[in-house]
Amino acid sequence: MIAEFGHAALIIALCLALVQAVVPMLGSFVGQRSWMRLGYSLAVGQFLFVAVSFACLAAAFLADDFTLKYVAQNSNTELPSYYKISAVWGAHEGSLLLWALILAGWSAAVALFSRALPLPMGGRVLSVLGAISVGFGLFLLFTSNPFARLLPVALLQGADLNPLLQDFGLIVHPPILYMGYVGFAVPFAFAIAALIGGQFDAAWARWSRPWINLAWMFLTLGITLGSWWAYYELGWGGWWFWDPVENASLMPWLVGTALMHSIAATEKRGVFRSWTLLLAIFAFSLSLLGTFLVRSGVLTSVHAFAADPQRGVFILIFLAIVIGGSLMLFALRGPAMQKVLAYSGWSRELMLLTNNVLLVSAMTMILVGTLYPLIADVLELGKISVGPPYFNFFFVPLVIGLLVAVGIAVTTRWRKTEGRLLLQKGALPLVISLLCALVAPLFLGADRSFSSYSAGAALSVFLALWVLATITSDLKDKIGTDLTRVAKFSRSYLGMQLAHTGLAVCVLGVGLSVAYDESRELRMQPGDSAQIASYQFQFVGIDRIPGPNFIAHRAEVRVLQQDRLVTSLFPEKRNYNAGGQVMTEAAIDPSLARDLYVSLGEPLGGNTWAISLQVKPFVRCIWLGGLMIALGGLLAAMDRRYRRQTRVVSAAKGTAL
Amino acid sequence: MNRIALFVPLVLFVVLSLFLFKGLERDPAQLPSALVGEAFPVFALPDLLEERLLSTEDFPSQVVLVNIWATWCFACRIEHPMLNQLAAQGVNIIGLNYKDQTQQAQQWLQERGNPYLFNIVDQQGSLGFDLGVTGAPETYLIDAQGIIRQRRVGVLDQAVWDREFNDLYQQLLGESR
Repeated sequence: MIAEFGHAALIIALCLALVQAVVPMLGSFVGQRSWMRLGYSLAVGQFLFVAVSFACLAAAFLADDFTLKYVAQNSNTELPSYYKISAVWGAHEGSLLLWALILAGWSAAVALFSRALPLPMGGRVLSVLGAISVGFGLFLLFTSNPFARLLPVALLQGADLNPLLQDFGLIVHPPILYMGYVGFAVPFAFAIAALIGGQFDAAWARWSRPWINLAWMFLTLGITLGSWWAYYELGWGGWWFWDPVENASLMPWLVGTALMHSIAATEKRGVFRSWTLLLAIFAFSLSLLGTFLVRSGVLTSVHAFAADPQRGVFILIFLAIVIGGSLMLFALRGPAMQKVLAYSGWSRELMLLTNNVLLVSAMTMILVGTLYPLIADVLELGKISVGPPYFNFFFVPLVIGLLVAVGIAVTTRWRKTEGRLLLQKGALPLVISLLCALVAPLFLGADRSFSSYSAGAALSVFLALWVLATITSDLKDKIGTDLTRVAKFSRSYLGMQLAHTGLAVCVLGVGLSVAYDESRELRMQPGDSAQIASYQFQFVGIDRIPGPNFIAHRAEVRVLQQDRLVTSLFPEKRNYNAGGQVMTEAAIDPSLARDLYVSLGEPLGGNTWAISLQVKPFVRCIWLGGLMIALGGLLAAMDRRYRRQTRVVSAAKGTAL
Repeated sequence: MNRIALFVPLVLFVVLSLFLFKGLERDPAQLPSALVGEAFPVFALPDLLEERLLSTEDFPSQVVLVNIWATWCFACRIEHPMLNQLAAQGVNIIGLNYKDQTQQAQQWLQERGNPYLFNIVDQQGSLGFDLGVTGAPETYLIDAQGIIRQRRVGVLDQAVWDREFNDLYQQLLGESR
């Protein structure tokens, strides 16, 4: 019965979304203020009904209602109850419902917190969001209904949640990532409303900025969590694989990052307007492409997609309407490219443009790499897959360029910066970071000598220090001798500096962990030991241990450094009862300077096991940096000036068609 | 000129969606294995029903099907009668019991009949990895020289057999005689 309530609530939400999509938009054209205002209450109502629907599905999971097909496929009575909740979004149907819930949540947030928007603009934004909700609602109800019954065959036991997903990381990762993906719907809706109304001024830019920052913050957090999860859960010690799922999240992130920077120039200087609009459209389009196409498998392999052509066709039509329609609107109504001579030489505008070019190139190169196998297949060039070497080859130089630019950009001014000033401010940071970078690898290497000198490590130390040093020098200039000035810094300024610092920390983590990573796959039996870097790993023994819904082989590995016990690690190999799947649970001893990573491979007969032992210096910095970047985004979104009343500004313009 | 530039993103998108749309028409089950035309990978794995170690040496010097199956695989239930039928017609089928629990697998064969010459137990999926198995069920056609000639991802039913396997099978059978 609960499931039917959920189903009904979803249908009601779809009807509300339909009205929300149509009425305020019509109202904005015929000038009916009450019609436009309707969008606000409808958005909140729609959110409530989707929330009810979602709660019903969660309740069905908690009650082990295996008459529901979706529950039967993704849950099990033995599953701990917190995993039953996370199993709600463990597969296609439920994760779409989560998408719809989050979209409704963002719409409701816009309705509640954007009262200051001029009515036509606010109504149109909510209409666009409503229209996207309609698309999702239809997709859910007609092709992916999570409330479909499995009658008359009721199962006594469910098939269990994929063991890979039975993990804390998977409880939090998808919702946060979706918050990011779906969050870009808001700037998208603002862009569409701007195109319809023909208003692309500073006020418009200021209204969308905090939403961009928030969505971007969630996406950053989501990607960071995903990378961390892959690292400890997949059991190989890798943290980024360039697989289509990761690429799908990185592409909107790169475009979102470009968007944040370009809209800053649009707000402050009125430049890059059409570019900013286009980025807002792209960021959301790539989010859609990401969730949809990856879920449906069109990017992983064309194959899973065609396996369910009904969904595939629906997805393509939806994408065509949303992306094609908005690009058509852009082509017809977009602001003509300005010939701007408002900036010249080394200006902040130029640096932001550099940032945009680099980020968008990186996105394009990932898009090409991800789609190339598909295109090659369609063109009958054979079935090809593009591997990490391709991505690294293009991505690394672009990131190097980006970091160099970050350091320069901090020093530049709007409009025009004297080359002399740049040289004067940049010289000291450059010298310091170069010197430190040249020397640092001598102390970081395994044997502290020239033989273990790593150019990669030197490069990453240089880039990270260059960014950090320029930030420090800028802070020093701004503070001067009066420390109380710190309190006057705007949150956007602090957010920017924090995010850039995070970027430097992340690069340091990536560079050093790649340069000094040591790993070995060994055949070990109890009593064996192995030396890796300065650590001695002793395989003590192995036990069989029962878990709630699995049985595990658990090994004990002692780690010693110069005969002193550092830690004991307990990696596991789990056999899940329901699906018979085998999972590797790595054991990690984390610290900022290095991770010790042990995972259990295959049993090789008797008490002998294949064991993977790894020492990963500074790998934590990658995620620490990611967290700092996200926090920077949050700080910038909370800047006071976004909360000032903006009603006065160009309210009249918004009504113009 | 400026206004025309605004159409560039739209045109790019249209081209891209044409490719995506073409992608819809591709047949999912036609995954050419990287191994088609190559020898069956070398392995040494236990037998499901007897205490012995199997290897490629145990393959008969005849045309055989290698069928990847498991008790956790629902589609295998649907496929099983077809395999029984093929075996009754004299087709040699070797089972690859993929990432499964031995006891349940033995019971499965008792309950549903055993169409296989013998079953290779690949509990860790290592042979499956070498073969590039994407899941169960999958079926490979191996010629008398031990070369993989055809692959089917998904259920092998009468239609698939008639369309993709039968001709090749008869031809290979003719060659080996």
